[in-house]
Amino acid sequence: MEEVKNVGFGGATVGTEPFQFHPKDKLLIKAHIGFAFVALGVGALAGVLQTLQRTGVIDLPTSLGYYQLLTLHGVSLALVFTTFFIIGFLFSGVAKTAGGELSVRERMWGWIGFWLMLGGTLLALIAIGTNDASVLYTFYAPMQASPLFYTGLAGLVVGSWSSSVTIFSAFRRWRRAHPGESSPLFAYMAVATMILWDICTIGVALEVVVQLIPWSLGWVERVDVSLSRTLFWYFGHALVYFWLLPAYIYWYVNVPRLIKGKIFSNSLPRLTFILFILYSIPVGLHHQFNEPGVDSFWKFVQTVLTFFVVIPSFMTAFSILATFELAGRSQGGKGLFGWITKLPYKDVRFLAPFLGMLLFVPGGIGGIINASYQLNQVVHNTLWVTGHFHLTLGSSVVLTFFGISYMLIPVLTGRKLTRAVNYLGILQSFVWVIGMAFMSGGMHAVGLLGEPRRISYTTYGDAPITQAWLPYRQAIALGGGILFTAIILFLIIAIYLWLFAPKAEQVNEYPIGEVDADQQKPPYFLERWSIWIGVAVGLILFAYTAPFVQMFIHPAPGALPMRTW
Amino acid sequence: MDVPRYERLWLWFGIVTLLIFLVVTGVMAFSMDIHPANGMHKTAAPEQVLATAPFDQPGVYPLGNNEYEVVMVAQAFRFLPETPTVPVGATVHFRVTSPDVVHGIAIPQTNVNMMVVPGHVTDFTYTFKEPGEYLLLCNEYCGVGHHVMMGKLLVQ
Ligand SMILES: [Cu+2]
Repeated sequence: MEEVKNVGFGGATVGTEPFQFHPKDKLLIKAHIGFAFVALGVGALAGVLQTLQRTGVIDLPTSLGYYQLLTLHGVSLALVFTTFFIIGFLFSGVAKTAGGELSVRERMWGWIGFWLMLGGTLLALIAIGTNDASVLYTFYAPMQASPLFYTGLAGLVVGSWSSSVTIFSAFRRWRRAHPGESSPLFAYMAVATMILWDICTIGVALEVVVQLIPWSLGWVERVDVSLSRTLFWYFGHALVYFWLLPAYIYWYVNVPRLIKGKIFSNSLPRLTFILFILYSIPVGLHHQFNEPGVDSFWKFVQTVLTFFVVIPSFMTAFSILATFELAGRSQGGKGLFGWITKLPYKDVRFLAPFLGMLLFVPGGIGGIINASYQLNQVVHNTLWVTGHFHLTLGSSVVLTFFGISYMLIPVLTGRKLTRAVNYLGILQSFVWVIGMAFMSGGMHAVGLLGEPRRISYTTYGDAPITQAWLPYRQAIALGGGILFTAIILFLIIAIYLWLFAPKAEQVNEYPIGEVDADQQKPPYFLERWSIWIGVAVGLILFAYTAPFVQMFIHPAPGALPMRTW
Repeated sequence: MDVPRYERLWLWFGIVTLLIFLVVTGVMAFSMDIHPANGMHKTAAPEQVLATAPFDQPGVYPLGNNEYEVVMVAQAFRFLPETPTVPVGATVHFRVTSPDVVHGIAIPQTNVNMMVVPGHVTDFTYTFKEPGEYLLLCNEYCGVGHHVMMGKLLVQ
């Protein structure tokens, strides 16, 4: 194997000798990824059942409520699957790049996190299963779920804080051992992702621990609904970047290696992630445009801050395409677009995230529409919004997670991603895209015709307008069925790779790209987390102080608990 | 930090697009006064809504000058009044609150789209230019009857 220098990647044993995870790291990563797949299966089953119910294809037995299934779908996929998968993936890249393995103490924090998250998830699932928490994954007060549900969610969040300690401490350990060197890009990005996560989850933790748990236990009679919603959305928007950033890490750091290219720049990706920390949190009010209790001026201020996400998004698009172009040219791609033909489309580890990148273009444009202060009025709480986040989370992110799984499982199990399984994975990815085209496309269209999200099957007393919705509902049902097929196929492949695939003759490489040799060392200020956390807190205080102060000075009368399901 | 030339051009393109978007929404908001639904006036405690004016008598009230106030209550799982009627071309001020959980009011094919949060009154002003019978529905999950929560708005 050729000798490759560690350019800007100290600690990452890129291409010099076969790398294998420490068995104890393997176990930790496998636990996270494995449970993520369980949540994926549960969430997908709930998803397809509720889709077929809401589009009028099936009639659920009365013992199984539509809104109960919808809660299960949202909680399993948006909160549980994503969090477990992301933390497992981040652990893998951090273990690999920050010295090759985690320390004993780092593993301990990781396991504490795992068990807290697992326990929390099980509590929440029990409450959903007994129909005591059919409040959807946004759990808006004053609908009151069982205390089990809120306690479970708190466990999930607190557990993830413990996992972030693992990542921070691995990063610090590497930095101490390599004074003056620029940090490994993967570990840097993982730290940025967890900083974002820790800052944003403070909002939902306050909502759940200070407001909802005491209230659901009956210690407090009333709840301030506006305050709880604002705390939720302080978290809720950054949540979508918490899903997106790990996909970006794979695009920025892992994919360049898969396409035999180099990372285009060592500084700009870091700057991108810093911008995401700054502009992901002080923007939550754009989920509350149409509601009372928040001053219009501050809604507008947060619109402005939301739009700044255009800049890191443009930077990412440029960097990724530049990496692709350089890789394609270095492999003989000629002319303006010849490089496009040189990319390894037949490698599912590349193809799945590549399809996700393509779908991110309409996804991102839809997001800009939703964030537009006035335009939001047209689409708010319609199926358009559901269509939107099934393109971003459900396509860009999930397709990338498919690619990560096809890469990571063989590395962890020492089994081989055989030709046949690789092609099956390609098929699975395309089935997913086709399903999503029907489902998300139908949702976008029918949303513009006014069909609300989050409703069970209804024709509103045969209101004439619902006639226009019917063909789109059929497309959504068809798409939902295709997507479920793709998930089953994915889980079959994942289980095969995990347990049954032939052992690989050589060690499977964990792909980590290297930075182009003539790139400069990133400026030191990008490594100074305290500065950026300070700026982020400053922006959050600027954007949120006045709305919160208004809620405390003129609090709305609190609401009594309700159980309306 | 070195930013390649083409990337700088691309970023300027992004920044200029961003500024155009912001100027457009800003002008619409602050010189044309187009805002989403809002409301900073408080009501009484949610459970007293139905006994407190004006929500003890939901309905359509003329304000003169071709303006009307539509006082509505969104509750699990119905709207009061169920069939408000307003004249075509009139300026209609909605005032809505909830005695129980969070609801929404949307009128498909119009820009009427409000969140109804217990404890607050949502205000929104709209002019219906076409006569007809409009479907009025709840678009925020409010419980087991959420999908049957509806009304009709008659524009005559
Ligand atoms: Cu409702």
